[in-house]
Amino acid sequence: METQDNQKQEYNITVYTENQIGLLNRIAIIFTRRKINIDSLNTSPSEIESIHRFNIVITESEEVVRKLTRQIEKQVEVLKVYYHTNADVIWQELALYKVSTDVIAEKVSVERLLRENGARAVVIRKDYTVFETTGHREETDNLISILQPYGLIEFVRSARVAIIKDSEGFNSKLREFERLEPGEDVVENEYLNKGQKVFTM
Amino acid sequence: METQTITQEISEIAAKPAKAQAIEVSGSVALLEALIVEGVETIFGYPGGAIMPIYDALYDYKEKLNHILVRHEQGGIHAGQGYARTSGKVGVVFATSGPGATNLVTGLADAQIDSTPLVCITGQVFAHLLGTDAFQETDVINITTPVTKWNYQVTDATEIPEVIAKAFYIAKSGRPGPVLIDITKNAQIQKFSYEGYTKCNHIRSYRPKPIVRPQYIQQAAELINAAKKPFILWGQGVILGKAEQEFKNFVEKSGIPAAWTILGAGAISTDHPQNVGMLGMHGNYGPNVLTNECDVLIAIGMRFDDRVTGRLDKYAKQAQVIHLDIDPAEIDKNVKSTVPVWGDCKETLPLLTALIEQKQHTDWLKLFNEYTEKEVEAVIFDELNPATGEMTMGEVIKQLNDITKGEAVIVTDVGQHQMVACRYAKLNNTRSNVTSGGLGTMGFALPAAIGAKFGAQDRTVVAIIGDGGFQMTLQELGTIMQSKVDVKIIILNNRFLGMVRQWQELFNERRYSFVDIQSPDFVMVAKGYGIAGKTISERDDLASSLQEMLAHPGSFLLEVMVTKENNVFPMVPQGCSVSEIRLK
Repeated sequence: METQDNQKQEYNITVYTENQIGLLNRIAIIFTRRKINIDSLNTSPSEIESIHRFNIVITESEEVVRKLTRQIEKQVEVLKVYYHTNADVIWQELALYKVSTDVIAEKVSVERLLRENGARAVVIRKDYTVFETTGHREETDNLISILQPYGLIEFVRSARVAIIKDSEGFNSKLREFERLEPGEDVVENEYLNKGQKVFTM
Repeated sequence: METQTITQEISEIAAKPAKAQAIEVSGSVALLEALIVEGVETIFGYPGGAIMPIYDALYDYKEKLNHILVRHEQGGIHAGQGYARTSGKVGVVFATSGPGATNLVTGLADAQIDSTPLVCITGQVFAHLLGTDAFQETDVINITTPVTKWNYQVTDATEIPEVIAKAFYIAKSGRPGPVLIDITKNAQIQKFSYEGYTKCNHIRSYRPKPIVRPQYIQQAAELINAAKKPFILWGQGVILGKAEQEFKNFVEKSGIPAAWTILGAGAISTDHPQNVGMLGMHGNYGPNVLTNECDVLIAIGMRFDDRVTGRLDKYAKQAQVIHLDIDPAEIDKNVKSTVPVWGDCKETLPLLTALIEQKQHTDWLKLFNEYTEKEVEAVIFDELNPATGEMTMGEVIKQLNDITKGEAVIVTDVGQHQMVACRYAKLNNTRSNVTSGGLGTMGFALPAAIGAKFGAQDRTVVAIIGDGGFQMTLQELGTIMQSKVDVKIIILNNRFLGMVRQWQELFNERRYSFVDIQSPDFVMVAKGYGIAGKTISERDDLASSLQEMLAHPGSFLLEVMVTKENNVFPMVPQGCSVSEIRLK
């Protein structure tokens, strides 16, 4: 357990927050103060109106991640923080690739390329074509290397978004938070180090 | 309109059920009304361009809100801290935009690390000028984010009542801390339809207190009941939680020896038979050594600062650790706990006390006393009772104790005198020790003493300050002069930046690098501000001068010339374990 605690690996930190100006900075400085690099950060409205969801990916030991999540959860406008290993989440990144339509139409079997890489064409214009894939980092990387010989003009990848496998959603929890005295089940973050059973959504 | 009538009208409206007719007020008036409802009596502040509308409104509130004009915004915020520490209320500070706001940053950082409840109001340029590098515009929200519990920028007057209500609630609830509200000038001026002020008692994303888990209380009690050599460490959490009585009950029923962190001092009196002394780098001998011998360590409202623990991997490794704290992020942060008792200690301590057996750990307590005897012999006796040579800091504190009988509020700055004062000051009451613990802010004491006096008007406030720290904020003598603040100031002058010199002596082969500080004639400086004072260098004058200072009506500055190269011992050198504490 001790060694596992100190081993660095990718962790997916999920943060539910109020929609408040400045909160991104308040969360970001928790990492930068400790000189921890954020590998990926996504923030967008969640399924619940007025609640935002952050997905943050860092490579650290569980002990560090646990302390960080507690510091994040301490922020006034943060409702809840979870952390999970990659095995605990389903995650995707989205990538866009811009290539010259001429080259691609002439030299590549577009159909095969789309099929083999799970890509789709978002835009096909006379001068350029934009493909899109979603997947893990290796998959989006793979299409880069395939397209590179054909003059990849531009590439962009989104931050990671992740769905927690073992989760029942946040709606009921939010209602608990709105009560003056929230019930025990939503105040579970104190159990962060107490194993899987209590540390689920 | 007269203020009286505005306030009356507003409070009448506020008293009526919702949808009562609103009245038109400016954002500034709404702010001041909010402060009144929150029970604010004293504000420490300094005006400037961007906060002028608030100061204009304040002109009509002079009878209700006592505004103390400080000489520098840092002085203002330290005064707010001193006020909060002695009164147990929220300190309120006003400053203008730009430099006014940036001057607050040291105080905010100090209040953040020492969990001091503050609400700071800063003026800001007009909303339409934000981001244009306007005159005295600074990005105050982003500068202060790392050093505030919460901050918020108001650009519309209608937000003011709700935001101020949140500010006070956040500042004082849970683990307290500083809150900064930045109000743009247009919002201060803007009139809006004001419907009264409602205090905040819930924010859905904010849980000030963790839920108390009975199973952990049970486990903690079992550990305590089975312990042969249990040891209590307490910190400021006991004072912040206003749980002094609950703590005393716990200590007395358990019979366990208890030691304090510097910010916890005074929660139970220094004379209490189970109070075994101070923890940490310059703490007492027994508490440090025996931390590594106890079998159960009960930490209450303290955060295992590195100055308390010394080398962490050699800290209390043999002990089972019970950690009581209101802040879940503190549990397991530095020291792994066996039993985490989350919650407000005012709630958890009585539950724990109910489950523990009444005991007396006589032999174990005796061991602490044996260490005390060794420390007295090696350090304390000579420090407090030198017969010859120049005066020591310790004997000044001892003489002061003899006169005040431990009833005074002791405010200290940072450095050797701070360690000596905290080690030796007799404190009978809680909220009697005001010092900059976590941040170690030199220049804290003089302004903090001003605030401390306003927070405890019927008590004697003695500021003990070094010759270095005094020069960092001595402009606040002007505040003492103008507001006639009865603060007794003792400067322990060793003509050195003593603590750094001590380290240079011990660890840098006496390479005294820029610690030889010269001072002005402090008594003359005080005189310039109309403050009485005297300087002494003879032991024979000490007691009578302290008497004179304390008997003097109003503020008084007493400069005591003490020996130049005294070291504070015991000492846990950096990187060493608490059990490697040195007596010399």
